[in-house]
Amino acid sequence: MTIAVTKVRVEDKLYQNRYLVDSGRPHIIVRPHDKPSANLLALTYVCPAKCYELNDKGQVEITADGCMECGTCRILCEKGGDIEWNYPRGGFGVLFKFG
Amino acid sequence: MIEQFDAIVVGAGMSGNAAAYTLASQGLKVLQLERGEYPGSKNVQGAIMYANMLEKIIPDFRDDAPLERHLVEQRLWVMDDTSHTGIHYRSDDFNEAKPNRYTIIRAQFDKWFSRKVREAGATVLCETTATELVRDGNGKVIGVRTDRAGGVVFANVVVLAEGVSGLLGTRAGLREMPKPETVALAVKEMHFLPEEVIGQRFGVKGDEGCVIEAVGTISRSMAGLGFLYTNKESISLGIGCLVSDFAATMESPSALLDAMKNHPSIRPLIAGSEVKEYAAHLIPEGGYKAIPQLFGDGWVIVGDAAQLNNAIHREGSNLAMTSGRVAAEAIIKVKSRNSPMTKANLALYKTMLDDSFVIKDLKKYKDMPALLHTNSSNFFDSYPRLMSHAAQNFMRVDGTPKIEKEKNTTAAFINARSRWGLVSDAVRLALAWR
Repeated sequence: MTIAVTKVRVEDKLYQNRYLVDSGRPHIIVRPHDKPSANLLALTYVCPAKCYELNDKGQVEITADGCMECGTCRILCEKGGDIEWNYPRGGFGVLFKFG
Repeated sequence: MIEQFDAIVVGAGMSGNAAAYTLASQGLKVLQLERGEYPGSKNVQGAIMYANMLEKIIPDFRDDAPLERHLVEQRLWVMDDTSHTGIHYRSDDFNEAKPNRYTIIRAQFDKWFSRKVREAGATVLCETTATELVRDGNGKVIGVRTDRAGGVVFANVVVLAEGVSGLLGTRAGLREMPKPETVALAVKEMHFLPEEVIGQRFGVKGDEGCVIEAVGTISRSMAGLGFLYTNKESISLGIGCLVSDFAATMESPSALLDAMKNHPSIRPLIAGSEVKEYAAHLIPEGGYKAIPQLFGDGWVIVGDAAQLNNAIHREGSNLAMTSGRVAAEAIIKVKSRNSPMTKANLALYKTMLDDSFVIKDLKKYKDMPALLHTNSSNFFDSYPRLMSHAAQNFMRVDGTPKIEKEKNTTAAFINARSRWGLVSDAVRLALAWR
């Protein structure tokens, strides 16, 4: 199987970081919802990579390309069922040069 | 790939490397799984490394380990918006043949540690995410499922060194997910500066290093800590606060870090630097009361995955290394008696760990996390402001009689916290500290 591999540089602080994005296979998924829970909404501020954003319908969406895999969203939102959280497949995701 | 190992170690951080190295050097057949491209590529730490705990694993580590600077000076700052006060300790005694503490860069250090693990005889499989524990009909852990094709591997015992947010232990119900009030989210930047500039700014020469750790208004009333560690040609600068506080205040971690960098006490130290990385990581902060069950049929948990972090002394990697080593030594003992890796036999790990500084230290501070969590605005905002006010009142010469200055300072403390509040804070702090 061939795997689509994209090296991306996300905006802001994240542009210095190295990532190997697993295209089309995001490791975190926000479950469909009408109105975000308090914790899910908090992620739009608290996620250190700003992966979570409100769309114009007031729902929270994720773009996990810049994720640093810290697990904050998992701690806040996995239990309540807001998100499905996994680590990226082996080798993919953030590649810290210094850590 | 059906192959039976003596032990599978999940994760190649400090605890996993310590465990894998110890097991392999005693001749056990060890498989270590690491999801990163190379060991260290997923690992984040400040980072300070304590020599004593590594010496117990690799006594001659100084010969080739990538070490940045040995610490001769530590500054503990209490900050308000425009100032800092605090304690500095610097000693030439720290310039010794075998220094006590070093700054390290984890991605580099972990590569070195992993090389040692491989040299000791372990098989290290990178780019492999462990997805699930495999258990037999009786619930005994017998292996690990990975994301490689057909990727189930079997072992007599699995060492879960999967880090604070590891998936396997929580998914298998061996430990609970950390609660938001028992983990801190830390963000960090790597600021590069010429070696001599760092030397001048921090008053250090050669490989000498200096660290600053700071509490106060930089954490905006959240329970948190800022830090600045000097590496050879870079400065690690970051701040961490409890996840529960972040969620309640909706503060942005990156904005918090930027504000800290702009503080008049910090800004000149990093002026002109080139930032080469931005990282984020969770730190276990729950202390003794958050430690999960550490062992069971066919498994042990070590390091951050076991919440083994001393938040008060900001020690983590040494507890991780020690727990990994001790778990490995327990496994080696069980194996040497030809006993199976049952819960009853692996209880030896906990007995040995209880007898070490790891559990003794965490037990000492068992009430601190709750105290700091529930009183964060006092300890991280009110008191820092009061201390700064008191210091400035003491230093500034403006013709006010000293007796009035002292009355001002006392009144400020009483106004802010009341007599009862001051006494009760002091008592609770003393009780939690003892």
